[in-house]
Formats: sequence, C-alpha cells, structure tokens
Amino acid sequence: MFAASRKRLARWWILFLSLLLPLLWLVKDLLTNNLGADPAQYLVSQLGYWALICLWISLAVTPLRRLFGWGWLIQHRRMFGLYAFFYASLHLLAFATFLAGWRLDILLREVTERPYVIVGVLAFILLLSLAVTSTKKMQRRLGRRWQQLHYLIYPASILIIIHFIWQIRSDYAEQLFFSILLALMLGYRLYIKRRS
Amino acid sequence: KIAGAAHNAAFSVKEKTAPYYHAITHNNFYEFGTDKRDPARYAKSFKTDPWQVEISGAVAKPGVYNLEDILAPHALEDRIYRLRCVEAWSMVIPWLGFPLADLIKRFEPTSKAKFVQFQTILDKEQMSEQRSSFGTIDWPYVEGLRIDEAMNPLTLMAVGMYGNALPPQNGAPLRLVVPWKYGFKSIKSIVRIHFSETMPETSWNITAPDEYGFYANVNPAVDHPRWSQATERRLPATLLSPNIIDTLPFNGYADQVAHLYKGMDLNRLF
Repeated sequence: MFAASRKRLARWWILFLSLLLPLLWLVKDLLTNNLGADPAQYLVSQLGYWALICLWISLAVTPLRRLFGWGWLIQHRRMFGLYAFFYASLHLLAFATFLAGWRLDILLREVTERPYVIVGVLAFILLLSLAVTSTKKMQRRLGRRWQQLHYLIYPASILIIIHFIWQIRSDYAEQLFFSILLALMLGYRLYIKRRS
Repeated sequence: KIAGAAHNAAFSVKEKTAPYYHAITHNNFYEFGTDKRDPARYAKSFKTDPWQVEISGAVAKPGVYNLEDILAPHALEDRIYRLRCVEAWSMVIPWLGFPLADLIKRFEPTSKAKFVQFQTILDKEQMSEQRSSFGTIDWPYVEGLRIDEAMNPLTLMAVGMYGNALPPQNGAPLRLVVPWKYGFKSIKSIVRIHFSETMPETSWNITAPDEYGFYANVNPAVDHPRWSQATERRLPATLLSPNIIDTLPFNGYADQVAHLYKGMDLNRLF
C-alpha cells in the first residue's frame, strides 16, 4: 500500500514536471532573448500549441486505459486537463497583452469579428467551466451532473481543432495530424458506447 | 559586402530599420518551410551560383541570360523601404537594387506587354516545402504586376540588403521589392520574367482567391477575411511594447502610386 502510493506520487511528479517543461523552455528563450523578431506571435502560438497537446493527452486517457490497460493514467487525468486550461489561459493572456497591447478597440474587433478568435474564446469558456468544477468538492456537490458537465470536453476539443484549422496558410500537415488523432479518440468513445 | 551603392534619400523612409539579425531570421519563404525561422535554418546551403533568368513573352529580346549579364549595366542604389506583410506585421529594410523599369526597358517589351509575371526557382531537392504532400501552393511560386506598376520608379529589383548580398532566406540572388503591396508580391529567387497581354496567375490568388487578390495593395480599409489590416505590428517588437501602429493606405506610398488605380474599386479589386 505504502509502496503503491509512493509510486503514484513519483509518477505524479514526473508528469507534472514534464508538462511544465514547455513553459520553462519558453521562459528560458525569453530570458536569453531567443524568441525572435516577433516574440509575441511566437509566444502566443507556442502556448496555444501546448494547450492543445495537453487537452489531447487528457482525451487519450480513456482509449489508452481501455486498449492497453493503463489504468493508472486515470489518476492523472485531472492534471492533464488543468494543464490544458493553464496553457490556454496563458495563450489568451499573451494574446491580449503582447499582441493586442490591451487595446480595447483591437480586442473588441478580434472577439466580435474573427471567427477563429470567436471559436477560441468559446472553447476557453468551456475549459474554464471544467477547470472551476474540477475539484473533488465540486465533483461531490454536483454528483451525476458533474459527469454530464464534463462531457463539454468534447465540444471544446472540436472548437479547438477548428480554431487551429482556421490558422492554416498553405501547409496543413499538423492540423491534419491532430484532426486524425481527435477523430480516432472521439470515434473510439462512440464505438464503445454503441457496443455496450 | 557590396560597395559603392549610393543612398537614394528621395526613395527612402526615415524610419528605424530592423536590426539585420531580425531581417534574416524572420522570413516567409514557404519553399523552405512555413515557420518564420525555417528559411534561415534550411536555406543556408542554397545554391545561387550559377544562376540564369529567362526573359520571355512579348519582348523584342527574349532569351536565357546569366545573372551577371542581367545585372551588369545597372548601378545599385540603397533604398530604405517599409515592408508590410499580409499577416499584419512590418519591418523597415534597407535594400540594394535598381529600378525594375531600367531592366524591363533593356528587353524592349512590345505593345502587347500589359503584364509581367515572375517565377521563383523550382528545386525540390533544395526546397523541402516543394516536396511536401500537405501544402496547397502549386509550385513554382509565381507573382505578377501590371506593366505600369512594374515601370513605377518605386518598384525595385534587389540583389542585396544592409550593404550585403541577399542571404538565401531573403530571396537571393535576385528578388522583387514592391513596397506599396503586401510582402508576398515581392517574389524571391527569380528565374523567369514573362511579359503577357493577359493578367497572369499568382500563387496566393490561386491558393485562396477570397483572401489574396492580384493587386494586394496595402489597404487598411480592406480586412483579410481572417484578420484585420487596420493596424500592424512593427518588428522587431518586444513583449512589453508590441509596437502597434496604424497601417497606411498603399503602405504610406500613396503619393507615388495612388494614381495607378484611379477609377478602380479597390474594395473589390483587393
């Protein structure tokens, strides 16, 4: 029992530090003046990219658990989700601060006129509602409704892939890769549901 | 290092130029990758010697010319231009070049020469993105100008910048600079100049016609469908000063070029 919980704690730390690495890397680049001529754009896109990756990891938990029997993953799913929210928050904050300079005319214009910004903001609102209800206390208080609320992760992930696809200029390799992964992960859930 | 180019103050803006390091590491040259840092990384060993340029179409003297012969008669000048990218960032760059008009006159275009098309080299071995299965641009990259745009004294053929020969990522050995149009019009690493009576195809217009027009004049009043063109971020910027400035019609060159578009609806012909 004691050994098992120590193993779990070690795993928690390894995962926690691994997902923190991208941020530390960006901070290192920032401090060594290595973000390039357009540090704002670079920072915003990198933070968005890692938000997406963390969300995709959290969506991978169920398929990996079922297909490979990695039951332990479920213990860390909340961390993955909160990391996605963390990077998404920094992504949005960096956008408002460094790209829009907190100019209200620019922010208003972006949030009302740009479809890709609108879907991004909608996705963030969904992630926010999941993050604030992620505690054990909220889970107990909401009971069965908690699970229903947290199905919002699916529409959120679809909004996020749309947000990403609408950034395509000419090469769509990355967007295709993450779309296929998402289709497999969501498709697998539908398959399980139909079978049971 | 290129010596002996006279500074042309009449054709230069008096704004702070971007540091050389940023001008050569923040590039859109999709043939070498779509990330801004890719061209500097992957164009390092790009071969620009020997280089030939084909002159074709409605001219009295068509032919395939060695780059040295293309450049020989022209005295280089140093001009500081604004460069406004369609992605809403901008830089100020000191170019070394000569007016495109001087080059065009040498090949004696006929009365049928209403448009000029330019083509970038097609070299799948050296240019990784030309091999990509997931790109939507049909290589080689092509761009074009109306003949009066090409003959405008602002339109520059550049072979250098910051007193040096062009680095590959900036379009070596020969590129176009059209400062009142979005950056993608200023085609790089040119191997062909073709004169025609009809409007030529241009790469971004083929790829996304609703987003990129033939003219692509810098215009704060016409947004890109996915982002605003009303403002731009002058680079290099730092995080604490995003350097957001208002975009000017024709990128601030309206006095020199607005007359070219008299009577045209630039909201429709963007």
